[in-house]
Amino acid sequence: MRTAAHPLRFAGCVELRQTLDVHAHDERELMSRIAEVPADSVYFHTFGYFLRHHPLTTAYGNDFARWAALEIGDRALAERLAVVDPFAFPRLDALRDHLVAILGDHLQRHAVGGRLEFDRAFHFQRSHIVEVPLGLGAATLAEFRAGLARVDESAIYLHTVETRVRARRVEAFPTWLRDGLGMPELAERFERVDPYLTTLERVRGRLLGFVDEALEDGRG
Amino acid sequence: MSRIDDYRRVAGPGAVDFVLRLAEQVQGRRVLHVTGGRLGGGAAETLRATVPILAELGIDARWETTGGDAGYYATARALQAALEGAERGPSEEGLARWADMNRLNGKKLDLGADLISVHDSQPASLVSARSDGRWVWRCHVDCSGARADTWTSFRQFADQFDAAVFPLPGFESRLDIPMFVVPPSIDPFAERNRDLTPREITEILGGLGVARDKPLLVQIGPFARAHDPLGVVDAYRLVKQHHDVRLALAGTADDGPEQLELLTRLREIARDDPDVVVLELPAEAHRQINALQRAATIVLQKSLRAWFDLGPAEAMWKGKPVVGGYTGGLAQQIIPNVTGYTVHSIEGAAFRIRHLLNNPELIPRMGAAGREHVRRSFLITRQLADELALAIHLLR
Repeated sequence: MRTAAHPLRFAGCVELRQTLDVHAHDERELMSRIAEVPADSVYFHTFGYFLRHHPLTTAYGNDFARWAALEIGDRALAERLAVVDPFAFPRLDALRDHLVAILGDHLQRHAVGGRLEFDRAFHFQRSHIVEVPLGLGAATLAEFRAGLARVDESAIYLHTVETRVRARRVEAFPTWLRDGLGMPELAERFERVDPYLTTLERVRGRLLGFVDEALEDGRG
Repeated sequence: MSRIDDYRRVAGPGAVDFVLRLAEQVQGRRVLHVTGGRLGGGAAETLRATVPILAELGIDARWETTGGDAGYYATARALQAALEGAERGPSEEGLARWADMNRLNGKKLDLGADLISVHDSQPASLVSARSDGRWVWRCHVDCSGARADTWTSFRQFADQFDAAVFPLPGFESRLDIPMFVVPPSIDPFAERNRDLTPREITEILGGLGVARDKPLLVQIGPFARAHDPLGVVDAYRLVKQHHDVRLALAGTADDGPEQLELLTRLREIARDDPDVVVLELPAEAHRQINALQRAATIVLQKSLRAWFDLGPAEAMWKGKPVVGGYTGGLAQQIIPNVTGYTVHSIEGAAFRIRHLLNNPELIPRMGAAGREHVRRSFLITRQLADELALAIHLLR
């Protein structure tokens, strides 16, 4: 049985939301505000969507698409924004540029609707991720499987989504599998999991499936 | 009084353990809450549940209140109303006396803590006497439409805090300090939400004079134009053309002329239609409201302006679909087509009520989805996690 050079410490997280007092009342303002808000805000409204939303919530993929659909009532714009997969972009600025380009192109083809009342405006936010050590560790693949199966779903977000995009104290699952446990193939399978338009529980299920296969093959 | 372990029975799996882990990072720290009083709903209602739990978690949690003479309370009420957008604000002289009175409060109270949360406007100027610790202004209402002159006066105090917290993004007005968002929550063990037996519900409704012989539509809320009870009656009348239903409107009314006129009109309507029941209840009638929500077939919250009224969350926790207005926190609580419907008109409310009554299988399905939605997003365990995260972040 492989034993990791260093154990993985599971941690969950709470997303402390901060409102920026930056608002958009129509599509044109949405475009200009996306272009100028801090990158953390673009992160919150795209990647952060996966932490906040769950099977009961309609899946729009990100907050911008949800607003375009529900508040602006522009289904075409909502569809174009919803299909943007944030994981496909190497940097947040590239994601931001793409969102701005979609809005710019849409505005060239369609007239801007009326300005919304303030309470229906898009309110830009960012978040502070507060890490929560869960008191669970893993030094072997079997221990990793046991922890993965029971940790709070925010730990799935922290170790798979957050660590993929922003530097954190906790270790990304693939990093630990590769560097700690010496299992690069399993790490690659973890990295290929697509969290876009699914739930953290489904991501957990897929990761557990990969680990089970590795354990059955005697690779753990 | 509920203990943290009690919530294992109602919160999502692991939610209580998660709170315990978070609390480890704040144990031993001194946390002080200051409000304008200990009675009533809003912040006081939440603190009655959370302060004992924070103490149980090893946090030195205390709760103080400010007080003063009649002029102090009158100015505090006028200030709060002006922050919520009332046409008239407090006078400069009144504000000066209010600040003087809070200076006296500051001398009498033990404000020594690592984190001091000052709730709403009445005690807000205590911040002028700040020494140690991190100070947070907790705003529980929508300040985005505050009177400009009142906000300018109030802001000289608000900007002295280290941070502000609002229940929703968009409820803020301009401040120079970080502004966080912590939505409110419901306590499933509070008298307003705890389980009731069928016999209790029957007895309570009997006492209120509400028969249970036909589908019951219920709206809970103050008899004020912001909650549109006359619009609810109009929606009921549209539904009544097709379904034999009963409408119960229950809430409080203050002695303002507008509310009294509204209540008089509603009572006239109830006198002419035996299937409309108007119940003016005292603010502490939590058990009666609980029973009405549990007896309802569909709960309505057709407010035109609702800040963060938790009525939909309470109803959804009791497994009821909610037809609500599209405003403030209502739109945050109701997931359209999943836990109920958000509507923009009287006709829209009637349409959705008829849709549910014509498709009764949707009622339990939406009710169950609503209960799960509340379990995840609007229970006190989620708010405790947010509060602890805020403390950890600010005390770093």
